[in-house]
Amino acid sequence: MNRRDSLKSLVFGSIGVGVLLEGCVSGVDSETVANSLKKFNYGRTPEEKEYDKLLFSKKCFTNNQMKLISEISNLILPPNEFGSINDAEVPELIEFMAKDIPSYEAPLKDGLASLNQHSIKKFKKVFVDCDENQQKSILDLMAYPDPNLSSSEQTDDIKWFTLFRNLTMTGYYTSKVGIKELGYKGNTPNVWDGVPQDVLDQYGLSYDQDWLAKCVDQTKRNDVAEWDDQGNLVT
Amino acid sequence: MQIKENLKEYDVIIVGSGAGGGMASKILSEAGLKIAIVEAGPFYDPANPDQMTQMKWAYDSPRRGAGTTRPFGDFDQAYGGWDIEGEPYSQKGDTEFRWFRSRMLGGRTNHWGRISLRFGPEDFKKKSIDGLGEDWPIGYDDIKPYYDKVDKLIGVFGSKENLYNDPDGFFLPPPKPRLHELFYIKGARKSSVKVMPSRLSVLTKRINNERGVCFYCRQCARSCSVYADFSSGSCLIFPAQDNGGQIDLYVNSMVRTVTTNEEGKATGVSFINKEDRTEYKLKAKVVVLAASACSSARILLNSKSKQHPNGLGNSSDVVGKYLHDSTGGGRMAFLPELVNRKIYNEDGVGGMHVYSPWWLDNKNLNFPRGYHIEVWGGMGSPSYGSGFNVNDLNKFFGIKVGGYGDMLRTDMRKYYGTVLGMDGRGESIAMESNYCEIDPDKVDEFGVPILRFNYKWSNHEVNQAKHMQDTFEEIIHNMGGIALGDKPSKDRNYGLTKPGEIIHEVGTTRMGSDPKTSVVNEFEQLHDVSNVFVVDAGPFVSQADKNPTWTIMALAWRTSDYIVDQFKKQNF
Repeated sequence: MNRRDSLKSLVFGSIGVGVLLEGCVSGVDSETVANSLKKFNYGRTPEEKEYDKLLFSKKCFTNNQMKLISEISNLILPPNEFGSINDAEVPELIEFMAKDIPSYEAPLKDGLASLNQHSIKKFKKVFVDCDENQQKSILDLMAYPDPNLSSSEQTDDIKWFTLFRNLTMTGYYTSKVGIKELGYKGNTPNVWDGVPQDVLDQYGLSYDQDWLAKCVDQTKRNDVAEWDDQGNLVT
Repeated sequence: MQIKENLKEYDVIIVGSGAGGGMASKILSEAGLKIAIVEAGPFYDPANPDQMTQMKWAYDSPRRGAGTTRPFGDFDQAYGGWDIEGEPYSQKGDTEFRWFRSRMLGGRTNHWGRISLRFGPEDFKKKSIDGLGEDWPIGYDDIKPYYDKVDKLIGVFGSKENLYNDPDGFFLPPPKPRLHELFYIKGARKSSVKVMPSRLSVLTKRINNERGVCFYCRQCARSCSVYADFSSGSCLIFPAQDNGGQIDLYVNSMVRTVTTNEEGKATGVSFINKEDRTEYKLKAKVVVLAASACSSARILLNSKSKQHPNGLGNSSDVVGKYLHDSTGGGRMAFLPELVNRKIYNEDGVGGMHVYSPWWLDNKNLNFPRGYHIEVWGGMGSPSYGSGFNVNDLNKFFGIKVGGYGDMLRTDMRKYYGTVLGMDGRGESIAMESNYCEIDPDKVDEFGVPILRFNYKWSNHEVNQAKHMQDTFEEIIHNMGGIALGDKPSKDRNYGLTKPGEIIHEVGTTRMGSDPKTSVVNEFEQLHDVSNVFVVDAGPFVSQADKNPTWTIMALAWRTSDYIVDQFKKQNF
């Protein structure tokens, strides 16, 4: 049984708490936990809610580590007119994922430590105390994977930064501000009636007339369907 | 353990509430029979705001929709998955069978792909064509009237194409193709691969005044709150209740066995209530198993008695055998032409608007059965994973991958909606040597003996998977795309999925006219016990290169008509 399975056993079955989330500490007050549960309203089963509650009640990173996470995320995606990493709650997401996918926890923590080792060695201070140019000179050591190597062959620093960048990017672009910035237009009731003409023109494409003839006439979508005996729609 | 007996006697107990169980509930209750549905999971209604995930945003989840709790992501409506705590299954030898279970009212119909294909005339008689597997004891003409009725009752969009082995039905009109689907059409046609409008049970047009019409959110996997897609609860069980059907729902109730009497006839079922962990007995004149192919086989095998020492309905020793899943293979492609594309709402329905039915003749190929191709892509709703490896595609332009800062924003926008995927779903050969059986050593958390799987693909499936990959590559080239990742090679079975992964497992209680080589007759009635029926995909003799749901429902309706008729003749 891996750690994720055993974590779930705690909720769905019964296993001692001692072995679980060993790197994380309790100590989130019950009001904060209750608020988190209320904030995320997404159709959970009672068991899933219990699991979320367990994760909300643990803290995976120290305050200093959280500050560092925020610092790096803001270098990866600096604030702009749409919003910021902090508006997008990226540090919170990273913290949550380190608990939800326990295999992320150790590499994330190791990477943060390694970053500080680099900055102490190079500039005699921790990463958050460095100026932006100093910080970037450290990130440059790990931000560019070697194109000739597979992802598993990259250095630990590069692997860590890739994971961190991925979490930052996905955290930002799945947030309210990030989705707005990207310009995604869906997740709203509408009527799909084909690719806009200017887009078809841009790619030199067009719909076949015989294909179009089979497609739905959206003006009649609310007329109850009736067929003749041959299966031809008559409404 | 204490066993509590319910004194009420039903006409029919239906075990499971998915496609087959839902259909049986509707037809049998509307004939005036008293029904009990026994479902292993909780009550579920897609319109219940406490359970609903439709129209949620990624940020409504603390993990932004990631698949850690539910295997297809937080918003997918399947309570369960490949691995369910407390309900394990085991493997024989190097078997890697993957068994997906959804424990909730409506079962897997709440999240399925809604691909609703009829089997064609050849699909029932494949042994007569290629000598492999077995023919069904029925043909297309026997089931056609029921496909027609299912089309009209539930609603499926599609188009008349006059293809012999992909029969037309009573279709709602299909939606227009999306942009990436137009690229697919172009590429597929150049490769002489047939493309046509897909056939999905999504209401592009009103079918009655009780259900809503599709509003194009692409979220059918979340089960539609206005009932504009097919789920068993919203389209069969709730309407049956509303029509005055006498249906008692037993939820969170895991059936252990079918109980029998001295004459070996079924008397009902015993089940464990998951809430009080107590075993209960329910009585009925007829038991209809619809728990899914493997679960129904498990119940039968666990129902041992003096009269049925090898398990119920298993005098043939065929229960559990001939288990087969669809084959699967896939490839992704990058369409450089779509870089920095204009953004508009192209959500559409939940699934593809176009697909390719099997287009070749296997006589000329080194594998006996066909596959169809599904297409996905476009500008989807950002969810956990969006933005991962954001500029990996830079390598195709000789630009550095990785980095940080505002350039990542440009890359995110640039590559959004530029990737397309193709998935092949094919027919495998049903083999006696692929089976599930009772593990002699293990029980689940309710004390019920679990299933053990034994399954190996043959060269038929491996060769088919290779053909899929060659086809994908050619189509990608012909639509001006760049294939992503490495082409899966021979040592990886050409990317062939593990058995069970396509979630089309069928065949464990196969149908036939010979009681020595089959479990049920053409009316899905056990040869050995006349008052037990199986209406899930267990009775499938062969899989076809089609998805099983529409055939499960057509057969369940046909069987239900037969059960009603037998009640009228007082044969139970």
